[in-house]
Amino acid sequence: MAIVFKKPNALTDKPFHYCPGCTHGIIHRLVAEVIDELEIEGNTVGVSPVGCTYNNYEYFSCDMVQAAHGRAPAVATGLKRALPDKVVFTYQGDGDLAAIGTAEIVHAATRGEKITTIFVNNAIYGMTSGQMAPTTLVGQVTTTSPFGRKPQLHGYPVKVSEMLATLEGAAYIERVSVDSIKNIIKAKKAIKKAFQVQLAGLGFSMVEVLSTCPTNWGMSPVKSLDWLRENMAEHYPLGVYKGKDLEV
Amino acid sequence: MQQIIISGFGGQGILSMGRLLATGGLHEGHNVSWLPSYGPEMRGGTANCHVIISNEEIGSPIISCPNALIVMNQPSLDKFENMVEENGIIIMDSALVPIKPKRKDVRSFSLPATEKAYEMGHPAFAGVILLGKFIAETGIISPQSFEEALRTVLSPSKHTLIPDEMKALEFGMSY
Amino acid sequence: MGKRILMKGNEVIAEAALRAGCRHFFGYPITPQTEISHYMAKKMEEIGGVFLQAESEVAAINMVYGAASAGVRVMTSSSSPGISLKQEGISYSACAELPMVIVDIVRCGPGLGGILPAQCDYFQVVKGGGHGDYNLIVLAPASVQELYELTVEAFNLADRYRNPVVILGDGYLGQMMEAVEFRDEEPIEKANKDWATTGHGGKRTHNVTTSIYIDPNVLEAHNRKLQEKYRVIKEKETRAEVFNCDGADVVVVAYGTVARVVKNVIKDAEKKGIKVGLIRPITLWPFPTEVFDKYATVPKGFLTVEMSAGQMVEDVRLALNGRNRVEFHGRMGGNVPTQKDILEIVCQMADGQ
Repeated sequence: MAIVFKKPNALTDKPFHYCPGCTHGIIHRLVAEVIDELEIEGNTVGVSPVGCTYNNYEYFSCDMVQAAHGRAPAVATGLKRALPDKVVFTYQGDGDLAAIGTAEIVHAATRGEKITTIFVNNAIYGMTSGQMAPTTLVGQVTTTSPFGRKPQLHGYPVKVSEMLATLEGAAYIERVSVDSIKNIIKAKKAIKKAFQVQLAGLGFSMVEVLSTCPTNWGMSPVKSLDWLRENMAEHYPLGVYKGKDLEV
Repeated sequence: MQQIIISGFGGQGILSMGRLLATGGLHEGHNVSWLPSYGPEMRGGTANCHVIISNEEIGSPIISCPNALIVMNQPSLDKFENMVEENGIIIMDSALVPIKPKRKDVRSFSLPATEKAYEMGHPAFAGVILLGKFIAETGIISPQSFEEALRTVLSPSKHTLIPDEMKALEFGMSY
Repeated sequence: MGKRILMKGNEVIAEAALRAGCRHFFGYPITPQTEISHYMAKKMEEIGGVFLQAESEVAAINMVYGAASAGVRVMTSSSSPGISLKQEGISYSACAELPMVIVDIVRCGPGLGGILPAQCDYFQVVKGGGHGDYNLIVLAPASVQELYELTVEAFNLADRYRNPVVILGDGYLGQMMEAVEFRDEEPIEKANKDWATTGHGGKRTHNVTTSIYIDPNVLEAHNRKLQEKYRVIKEKETRAEVFNCDGADVVVVAYGTVARVVKNVIKDAEKKGIKVGLIRPITLWPFPTEVFDKYATVPKGFLTVEMSAGQMVEDVRLALNGRNRVEFHGRMGGNVPTQKDILEIVCQMADGQ
């Protein structure tokens, strides 16, 4: 019998712990498929963040290092400088990367560290139960913006891809979404390109993935995908922000 | 054991003078220590260093009672004069330290070091002239060891200056 | 052994690290330890190592965490306020059992304080600083030669026990110059690092570096493992210099630069007919508690002298456990306890005051 669908080798047998409808599972799978296709699992070291995916070192079959909150890009820098011939990636959420770890990601990008960052933006803190994130949209209700995010009180949501694209050390920055089959296919292409940019030694690469959090958004998984399309994609336009014409 | 405090303005080469003495002492087989002032006073423009040259193990590198004081400005003399050991020596630049020491229980020497250094075309030699006097009075290191120290401390591009530096040292020694 | 060279303490630390095989250094500028970075920046480029000036102390220690995970010999250096910032990464590294060398050239605090020498980091380095039950091996050199030897040793200890090791020196030790004599060859211990995350190459299951254990029993078991390691370190690696203590009237306890001031006091006191001993802990953790047993009944008691408001003195009191009086003399703000003041206190103690 022909196998038409199987678990990528770069994922372990450990079942995901993520909530129903959460898109982390999809994004993990995309990263693993890319690692398989590029045949780099044995040469790759991943860095886990603090957040819902703190223990994704249990899911990826490559060597993994768990980092303090927001520090993944610094840890990845240390790894890559010690292992210049290996592939190093970080997998970070929006609280981790765009709040507590802003300095680390900006400086890793501007130094042009040859690492790849998978940045999952779901506009909320998931693990600590739905607090306002730097990426929370104006008007969005969270447990720490119970009356909706108000710019005069909470400021505005951070557009990380746009910001990092201004840095010379960043070689490739793209924002994708995993709300539809079509977009998932595009997301995988972007992730693959980001790893290829690293393999080619061109500089820092990052893929921002718009994602859902049905549990903390208080919506069904299907409604969450609609909300992502109708709200997030408007504030966070999809597309390549750096390295559009990059050949890898 | 020689315990020397060298003090003056930043930029006069105070720390380098100390380094030359310590290096010379090391060349003669002594134990040496060199401790610079690095605190807020550096920003204010004054600098000093503590140099110990000894045949025994050096305890504290901090000198509380120097037996030699070399000063290149008035505030330094005011600050350290009273710390000098009885029968110790004070060596100063006559142009930069116009008000002489009040102490009568120390030997003090005032040299026209800056004047002579300008005359030699190298204002930076003033310190070496004062060190010459110190070496002559204490005999703690030989001129040969000082020359060796110059070779060690100065960057190779400045080695051409060594013969002139030695002339400055000799001027101080014989003053 | 080679010939004696006059070198600055900070530069000797850097040179010692290079000699010990350290090829990765991550730091952030702060007085009075910056010469370590200057030296590393130049030498690493020459020998093909990595010097990286991080965006903060926080980033620097996490770069060290990453490089240590990869199994290389790695170092960072800083001074007091910078060490406060590194504490997060230090706690994580202790939990993840990562070998690394951290240099703290202490300046006076609290807050931004000043840049002059102090020993007020004893608590934050020896007693933790970061969260959780962990210990760092803390080495306290007192001379430039010892800065060299203990820095080389720090890398061996870090590898041997998979534990962060701290070189704790005061600003004067970093800034001063003394003669140093380098060995022709360093005693570098080869450690088995099959735990390192270097990419499994298809030859083994994946390695993981982590400091998170959500299951209480798993975390407790990990803690017990760490505590057992600390017990072994205490047993095997405790070091102190005991000087002039046999038959002493008073024993002074001091480390680093202060211990050298005390050596001068010992000579001064001798002229007055008072015999003063010195216990100089070289490992601040593990603290040389047993050394105190032999001299616990010294007739006129113990005096602890520090450039702090009284930090190590707590360990001295614990070591003596009420068996003798323990006096304290400390200076703060960048001042160093003077020979004269210490002598005066010693004389008073000898007089039975």
